[in-house]
Amino acid sequence: MSPREIVVDAHPLDGLLRSDRLPHIWCPGCGLGPAMACLAKAMQESGIPIEKHVCVSGIGCSGRVAGYLNVDSFHTTHGRAIPYATGIKLCNPDLEVTVFSGDGDLFAIGGNHFLHAARRNIDINVICVNNFNYGMTGGQLGPTTPYAARTSTTPYGNPEGPLNLPHLAAALGAVFVARWTALHVRQLEKAIARALEKRGFTFIEVLAPCPVGFGRPNDLGEGLDEMWFYRRQCVVDEDARLEELDIDMSKESAVVLGNFVDRERPVYHPMGTEPPERRERPVVYHPAEPEVRAREAL
Amino acid sequence: MTPEQADRRILTGSHFMNGDTACAEGALAAGCAFFAGYPITPSTEIAERLARRMPEVGGIYIQMEDELASMAAILGASWTGARSMTATSGPGFSLMQENIGLGAFTETPCVVVDVQRGGPSTGLPTLVSQADMMQARWGSHGDYPIVAYCPASCQEMFDLTIKAFNTADFLRTPVFVMADEIVGHMTERVVIPEKDDIPHVERKRPRVGPMEGLRLYEPGDSLIPSMPRVGRGYRIHVTGLTHDQRGYPATDAATHDSLVRRLAEKLTRHTAELTEFEETLTDDAEIVLVAYGSTARSARRAVAVLREEGIRVGLLRLITAWPFPAERVAELSERGCSFVVAELNLGQMALEVERHAHQSVLLVNHAGGAMMPPAAIIEGVKEAWTCHRERSWSTLTR
Repeated sequence: MSPREIVVDAHPLDGLLRSDRLPHIWCPGCGLGPAMACLAKAMQESGIPIEKHVCVSGIGCSGRVAGYLNVDSFHTTHGRAIPYATGIKLCNPDLEVTVFSGDGDLFAIGGNHFLHAARRNIDINVICVNNFNYGMTGGQLGPTTPYAARTSTTPYGNPEGPLNLPHLAAALGAVFVARWTALHVRQLEKAIARALEKRGFTFIEVLAPCPVGFGRPNDLGEGLDEMWFYRRQCVVDEDARLEELDIDMSKESAVVLGNFVDRERPVYHPMGTEPPERRERPVVYHPAEPEVRAREAL
Repeated sequence: MTPEQADRRILTGSHFMNGDTACAEGALAAGCAFFAGYPITPSTEIAERLARRMPEVGGIYIQMEDELASMAAILGASWTGARSMTATSGPGFSLMQENIGLGAFTETPCVVVDVQRGGPSTGLPTLVSQADMMQARWGSHGDYPIVAYCPASCQEMFDLTIKAFNTADFLRTPVFVMADEIVGHMTERVVIPEKDDIPHVERKRPRVGPMEGLRLYEPGDSLIPSMPRVGRGYRIHVTGLTHDQRGYPATDAATHDSLVRRLAEKLTRHTAELTEFEETLTDDAEIVLVAYGSTARSARRAVAVLREEGIRVGLLRLITAWPFPAERVAELSERGCSFVVAELNLGQMALEVERHAHQSVLLVNHAGGAMMPPAAIIEGVKEAWTCHRERSWSTLTR
């Protein structure tokens, strides 16, 4: 079959992407594309009407996902995607709200919000693409940068230890916790589907290559090389001890993946008791009905 | 909302009420459906009242982890169609500034109440000041429109909170209630009217359906775009990046200039309707005393005393600090009036008076911590009166 014959006019995810915004800004070899495609596919197959899906992002390369997905989407301030999503979800529980952002946005500047949304068990999903650095600004130290790794702001090696995100999320009470990579797209899509299905605060970490910002200075090569790294080093172990999930990105250590937590916990409700049915909508006072024009003067 | 909940929303009648409580009741009467906040003196009574009252009326109260989260949450809530609010004081107001800019830039209506205390920093947690007035105007980076009300009584804490919601929905921008500790913590009579007598301005909704190609930021004649709700099929994209009329990022100089100018102009086009002030005995006044908030109460007393002594002084009380009544100040100045500004800061709104009066003004102020005594204002006005009569204004030092 010649390449010409396999060209198609439409992509199965066209309806879920804002094609008028493509091409995207991401570098060749970046892991964000596969991660976004997994979310789009999981949304498409979730059984939840597309108009009820909302995507909220913070700032950074991962933060651009909200702008490419063709759902109601919000590209907010740095670190504040989770409380913004909280406001949306509490006022309209009919909506399926997913926060898609990066490790720096969610765990450095926005870390406190992650802590409290998970503790409250707000019914939102958080997907964190972890590429071990601040990619958009040119590869600086982030809260998940491995110990001793080189970044543009740790030229002598990172003196800090990284966060272990699944361990943190589980300790805070997230009802679903998983880690996959941009290589493990089938497993990742299934994990996102499970998160969309669950009530409560879910968390998925997606390890992804950032060849320009992190790969090159740390001898991981191009994007494809880092995909090979994941292929070689990753071990799926769903019974792993969460405190042992640290990642050092060395060729000597395994990277443990899996769906580690899947449990039930009372979901946040303003009155402290869960509504009897999933997606039951509390009474919210909407002073303005649609199609009503503002008065021209006060 | 059930009928019982509707009955509880507006507590029609005459009450003896704390200013913060009156503010909370104003929010409820305006239809506020979502409050997110973080406790901070002297605004905490607003949160406490709403924590009790919101569930009674089918609304939502949530105590967030900090003020950054509170501000983000009320912006998210606003896009669901809910009227949303937060309340804070100086330190929290500082933390909210970045997301206030997001609200202004994405044209997200909401109400922020700042019950001012002494600053900078932790300052005077339990004591009054009016030193956040310029922060209210310029606190977030960039140029953006702002409306700020200055209540001077418990009744105005109620009335102006309602007005703040209406203005926010009309203009599609965050609106401030710049209260102060004295107004927030004093208790006096508050009359809550019947439901039908409470003014209500609707947020402009799209006239086109979800599949009819809504341009999210199509300004229209009023320069105020219509606002769809999230979850209605419009598939909106809302970004804090500079955006085109579709709402898509467009980070070039031309788009940025036209967007920032439109945001400014949507306010300036409505300045006349939005600017509010109250004049007392200014008809024949030669000295105009400018004050707002709790300081206006002392100013009122000062004017009464000074008039008895034959000094021709009148009071211009700011109800909106922003927009500032620039035209009126210019008119009074052209008529030959001199100005005295009384405020609990080192001269913030005084700068605005000077700018529009094209003359120096006499300041009666201190940095905060106690109510402005009428005696201090009386003394200042007398000094100004002497200078005014002797035409020796230039000898005055600030």
